[in-house]
Amino acid sequence: MSARPSPDAVPGAPGPPDPGAVVAGPAGTPRTADPVAPLLRLQGVGAGYDDDLALRDVTFAAAPGDRIAVLGPNGGGKTTLFRVILGELAARTGTLDVADDVAVVPQTERSRLDFPVSATDVVLMGTIAGRPWWRGPGRRDRKAAREALVAVGLGDRADATFGALSGGQRQRVLVARALVRQARILLLDEPYRGLDTASVQRLDELISTLAAEGRTLLIATHDVAQARAWDQVLCLNGRQVAYGPPAATLTAETLAGTYGGELLRVDHDGELAVVAEHHCS
Amino acid sequence: MTDPALIASVLDGLVDPWRSGIMQRALVEVVLLGATGGLLGCWIVWGGLSYSAEALPHAMFPGLVGAALLGVPLVLGGAVGLLIAALLIAAASRVPSLDRDTSISVVFTSMFGLGTLMALSPDTPTGVSELLFGDVLGLTNGDVAVAAGLTLLMLIALRVLHPRLLATTFDRDGARAAGLRPGVTDVALVALIAVATLVCVQALGNLFVAATLVAPAATARILGRRLVTTMAIAVGVALLSGVGGLLLSYHAGTAAGASIAGVTVAIYLAVAAGASLRDALPARRRRAPAG
Repeated sequence: MSARPSPDAVPGAPGPPDPGAVVAGPAGTPRTADPVAPLLRLQGVGAGYDDDLALRDVTFAAAPGDRIAVLGPNGGGKTTLFRVILGELAARTGTLDVADDVAVVPQTERSRLDFPVSATDVVLMGTIAGRPWWRGPGRRDRKAAREALVAVGLGDRADATFGALSGGQRQRVLVARALVRQARILLLDEPYRGLDTASVQRLDELISTLAAEGRTLLIATHDVAQARAWDQVLCLNGRQVAYGPPAATLTAETLAGTYGGELLRVDHDGELAVVAEHHCS
Repeated sequence: MTDPALIASVLDGLVDPWRSGIMQRALVEVVLLGATGGLLGCWIVWGGLSYSAEALPHAMFPGLVGAALLGVPLVLGGAVGLLIAALLIAAASRVPSLDRDTSISVVFTSMFGLGTLMALSPDTPTGVSELLFGDVLGLTNGDVAVAAGLTLLMLIALRVLHPRLLATTFDRDGARAAGLRPGVTDVALVALIAVATLVCVQALGNLFVAATLVAPAATARILGRRLVTTMAIAVGVALLSGVGGLLLSYHAGTAAGASIAGVTVAIYLAVAAGASLRDALPARRRRAPAG
């Protein structure tokens, strides 16, 4: 059962606490009573687009502060899992419990670089769903957008044209757009694609900061070395191959089960490394 | 070095045409079209809907001819024609083997053909060519009032839809994930294109509507760096083309609709050429020291 709020939830509406309501700055405090209760719990979840399930047997629980690498080949079910958690795709089997608002950080290549918008304009897009149709962004929305940009380290680039920013900066603007929605569950779709080393490091720090503030982050990635630095690893290849801490999941056996024929190399200073196909689906 | 007589004659050439009621109504109409075409055009161009904007006027052609045959207002006939076309496109796009562009082109070509058949029938009154080429100089006060009402409706709708159009056009998946419904925004945009087509068709005719809806925004896209400036440029280009086209038509005796469309496209070509030149020049300078 999903606890996602309706898309048109009105912020500040009277009544019981609404998980979709915008109640604080982007670095908002956890709103659930129990700070360690799982934000996300999947039990035997399967989903797909036609008669065959694209993803099956997904069972895990994610607590606030968890940074979870989602590893898997293209077509392995990462996007399907994200769509199920977002509520865009119904789970055909199992149960899904989403305890807070979910926001997705898409790949920057999917957005329009020729679009004449500033970084602030892009972040403000995250505030639309919380407002009635007839109302434009208000002072509170602009303040939240500014704070979100400061939170991702781009306070000084608020007026820059989105398409003129570097890949890493664009990625952080999209993170800010997710933050402004006050979601505590963030889904990042291959955020490291095309970033240089300095940008990778900044994004790493940002992800750790956001997790430390009580959010759960699922990060779809191909980078096993990166995954090793995080709290949990979810390996998908049409089904859940493994879930657990990196030391337990990033074994040769699991990776072979995850990547199958795409696994090209397993050798990196005595540790496992994967060079997988990086084509986007 | 100025020649007072030359200046006076140029001023006369610019001012004289507007003394007649016909040209005044035409001027109001092109201002309305400029606002509609410029603003809506930006979303059409950014949203990749230029093809739909081209197809819709053709698809409504039989409705227009039917209205002319029955003697009812053209706007009404056009609206019925658009509704039928929209339903047919929706039905055609459910055929698994047809993609969206194919179903649109099948429907609009059939509808345009049907309209032409009706127009060529012996019962058709004269003046059907106005439906194809428009008659901005033959508008009544009532026509202009209807256009003004529809334009006002359009401006309000664009203001209300602005944030959603922006988010959906910028990144569709992100908008959906953020709780918006891109499908609803799409339908609203196509409905607005239909209304804009109704506003434009009487003045500019079936064949030139797309030029007004697409070319000013395409020009502005080259020049603008921010949303608001881009939209302002698009409206400016549309107004300039409208007024310039009317003056050209007055002095050169050319068809008004075609003149407006011609000026719009000429401005686009000039700006596009200028932009390519601008992009090419610094590159050459950069290469020069190395060679």
